[in-house]
Amino acid sequence: MTVTRLTTAGETRPGLVVLQAGVSSTLQDLGRPGYAAIGVTASGVLDVGLATALNRLVGNPPGAAVIETAGGLEVMAAAPVTIVDSTIEVPVTLRAGDVHRVRVRSDRAWGYLAVSGGIVARPVLGSCATDTLSGLGPAPLADGTELAIGRGSEPTFVDAAPLRALPTTIELVVGPRADWLTPAWVDTMSRTVWRSSAASRVGMRLTGTRLQRHPDRTGELPSEGLVRGAVQVPPSGEPVVMLADHPTTGGYPVVAVVAERHLDAIAQYANGQPFRFAVRAQAMGRE
Amino acid sequence: MGDTALLIEDLDVSPAAWTQRFSQLAPPGVIDVVPAATTVLIRCSNASDLTQVRRALSAQRVDADDCVASTPIELGDGPGVVEIPTRYDGIDLQWAAEQCALTVDELVAVHSGATYRAEFIGFAPGFAYLAGLDDRLHLPRRQTPRISVPAGSVAISAAYTAVYPRASPGGWHLLGSTELAMFTPEREPPALLPAGTAVRFVPL
Repeated sequence: MTVTRLTTAGETRPGLVVLQAGVSSTLQDLGRPGYAAIGVTASGVLDVGLATALNRLVGNPPGAAVIETAGGLEVMAAAPVTIVDSTIEVPVTLRAGDVHRVRVRSDRAWGYLAVSGGIVARPVLGSCATDTLSGLGPAPLADGTELAIGRGSEPTFVDAAPLRALPTTIELVVGPRADWLTPAWVDTMSRTVWRSSAASRVGMRLTGTRLQRHPDRTGELPSEGLVRGAVQVPPSGEPVVMLADHPTTGGYPVVAVVAERHLDAIAQYANGQPFRFAVRAQAMGRE
Repeated sequence: MGDTALLIEDLDVSPAAWTQRFSQLAPPGVIDVVPAATTVLIRCSNASDLTQVRRALSAQRVDADDCVASTPIELGDGPGVVEIPTRYDGIDLQWAAEQCALTVDELVAVHSGATYRAEFIGFAPGFAYLAGLDDRLHLPRRQTPRISVPAGSVAISAAYTAVYPRASPGGWHLLGSTELAMFTPEREPPALLPAGTAVRFVPL
């Protein structure tokens, strides 16, 4: 699949060829927020902090398109390119023909490759992000995909950003349907050691314990709006955390929402990695 | 709903009408206003914008009369009704007719005889929940959803009817199909049936 280039000549040039697409490798940027009312989720990078830091290192604006991958990605430079990824802390310049493996750190589920100039693709509703739930945006990367890049600016070496360790406790704010569980849920939520048992860009299912539904809640909840970080509890009792490609509405009760500052971290927990929750009663900024 | 969003419920008017009224308030920093079956979600850029929204809502209580007066779409056969050419040949058509104690022709007549209104969009881009389904056609959704429902499927479930914009998993009962596109990103607006749109199904 060759990604269509911008129509204005001179603004893009050949950048990379995907030799091995690896696992779940897609183009992402800061997504397409603002269309939830027509059923289009914001999508975009799972780890905003990491992706924007890498863009900064290669002199890109924070919203430049990058490659997001769960591992196994191998690219070849089609021309001289300056890149950085989440395991090498400073940018490197590849010559045409050089091959680069994007390793994913052992402490993070997702890695990123940023290229000076940004990766260029045809935007859909203003974004080059691949929405894996709806299919909007560019197709996921495949072996042989050719990626064009924009004209870059000088990379900055001023702030090499060594990655901090992920927190071991994720802060939750009580959600709108917390009363669909028995009151003991707060205690259970906080005492349990949780792990992700299955995760995608859409959401992550957690194991640790099953949360009990309140006996008065026997019916179904009519569909209502969702946000990234919302923790839904289906009848099975196993929580599911909404991530970047979450559906815009859903009918399972949202009992809590991941605090804004921990949205990047929770998306980065690898399968099986233990963590805890701490439940905060009130949203920030509330009077 | 977290640090940057609010879920509003117990509305005096439909979520679509409430959303219209709220859009006229236009507080800054609002990213999404998402009407759904009985609620409206408001998502902001950050916590302090959310505080501003809370203040705007308390200061100017959204009034039921204002909402009704400002809703432009009226149910009926006037201009603005979107017609969906429909081939009634769905895999569940026969079964649904039996469940509703109707003949297939009767079911088609009932389904295509009504004017629906798009209440909200959710589940997938352009998937509009159309309200106004005749009581005789109310059926609970399938126990086990299908892994893949064809794009353009015209379906019913509980009190709603809808068209699946693209192939996706689905738990609704399939009455027929249409070739009319429900969602085209390059079009302005991208969704054919935004909240408030009047809709009829026209048998082919």
